[in-house]
Amino acid sequence: MATHSVEVPEQFHQTGEQEHHAGEHPAHLAHHFDSMAQQFAAGKLGMWIFLVTEILFFGGLFCAYAVYRANHPEVFVYAHHFLHKNLGALNTAILIFSSFTMAWAVRAAQLGQQQTLRLCLIITLLCAGAFLGVKYVEYRQKWEHGLLWAGWYHPHVTDAEHHGDAPPKPVSPVTSPTAGKATTSQHTPESTAAATAGERSEYPGEPRLAGVFFSIYFCMTGLHALHVIGGMIAITWLLIRAVQGVFGPEYYGPVDYVGLYWHLVDMIWIYLFPLLYLIH
Amino acid sequence: MASQHAGQAHHAGGHVVPGYVLVAVFIALLVLTALTVAATWIDLGSGNLLVAIGIATVKAALVALFFMHLRYDHPFYGIVFTVALLFLALFLGLTLVDVRQTFPEVQAAIENPV
Repeated sequence: MATHSVEVPEQFHQTGEQEHHAGEHPAHLAHHFDSMAQQFAAGKLGMWIFLVTEILFFGGLFCAYAVYRANHPEVFVYAHHFLHKNLGALNTAILIFSSFTMAWAVRAAQLGQQQTLRLCLIITLLCAGAFLGVKYVEYRQKWEHGLLWAGWYHPHVTDAEHHGDAPPKPVSPVTSPTAGKATTSQHTPESTAAATAGERSEYPGEPRLAGVFFSIYFCMTGLHALHVIGGMIAITWLLIRAVQGVFGPEYYGPVDYVGLYWHLVDMIWIYLFPLLYLIH
Repeated sequence: MASQHAGQAHHAGGHVVPGYVLVAVFIALLVLTALTVAATWIDLGSGNLLVAIGIATVKAALVALFFMHLRYDHPFYGIVFTVALLFLALFLGLTLVDVRQTFPEVQAAIENPV
């Protein structure tokens, strides 16, 4: 990586860079840093500051969630039954395990264990893929059942297809006329408002604006999934570099920085899982 | 284990987290995940949300302290992170205070437009 260009004035070669040419220069030390430790600390601080922007980035969505849930708790209680709790828990476990293997990858790089480093990165990558696979299954179910964001929300869920684990069961009045009759007398103010507003009323107990829950759900999990994809790209790059054997006790900064990012993605999911799937 | 004293070793300014710590944190995170699912079987009213957020925060703290090395690193990284969380709390807190105060009026205006 020696990029001493010919245009560099003579005096620079004589002062600062002279010792670099003497052979003491570590292979992975960029020329604007004094030492590997300084380079590592600067890179790490840079990554932390990036993570701070990420926290505030997701913070906007958490704020939307908090405002909407504070004002319309019934929408969250109703709509979260459509989410597959077991798949959410599975994805949580997958992501925690991938965080564990990523942390171990950093450790392996620090100790110069090339084989372990490669293995850990591959497992982390596979876990990320598995996470997105489960996410795909969930998104497809939502799509098939019309459980989409506000404006596109047109649920058509039958009892057999219903994956939630608790009432209220959205039963169509066509399949169970008694349920339809019963609801006419049990109309809550919310659902009456929905009926008069010309919205669907075939799902008894469905609060007005139920689709907004799915707007928030898709925004939060979608942005998170994009971050998982970004992480996979970064880990793939790490893996290529690891196969080339560039990481070791002297130089493992990139593994550490990508690890920090990956743990933050895990951390955000740690909050998303109970907030979206485990509403009580 | 060959890495017996690797726990104290410092490499290029970093700290090698002992393997057993990583395994213990991983197991703790799984247990807490099971706990947060189990907590939904009990009706605590509004306490359920507090329990869910509390458990999530313990999990996030474990990830930050051990997986992200904050427990071992120079405190400056932890300060940067904590300041971000304080600003997030300020952002969420003030917004919610505002929403609490104005929502009834907003709701009334939506339902009975003049």
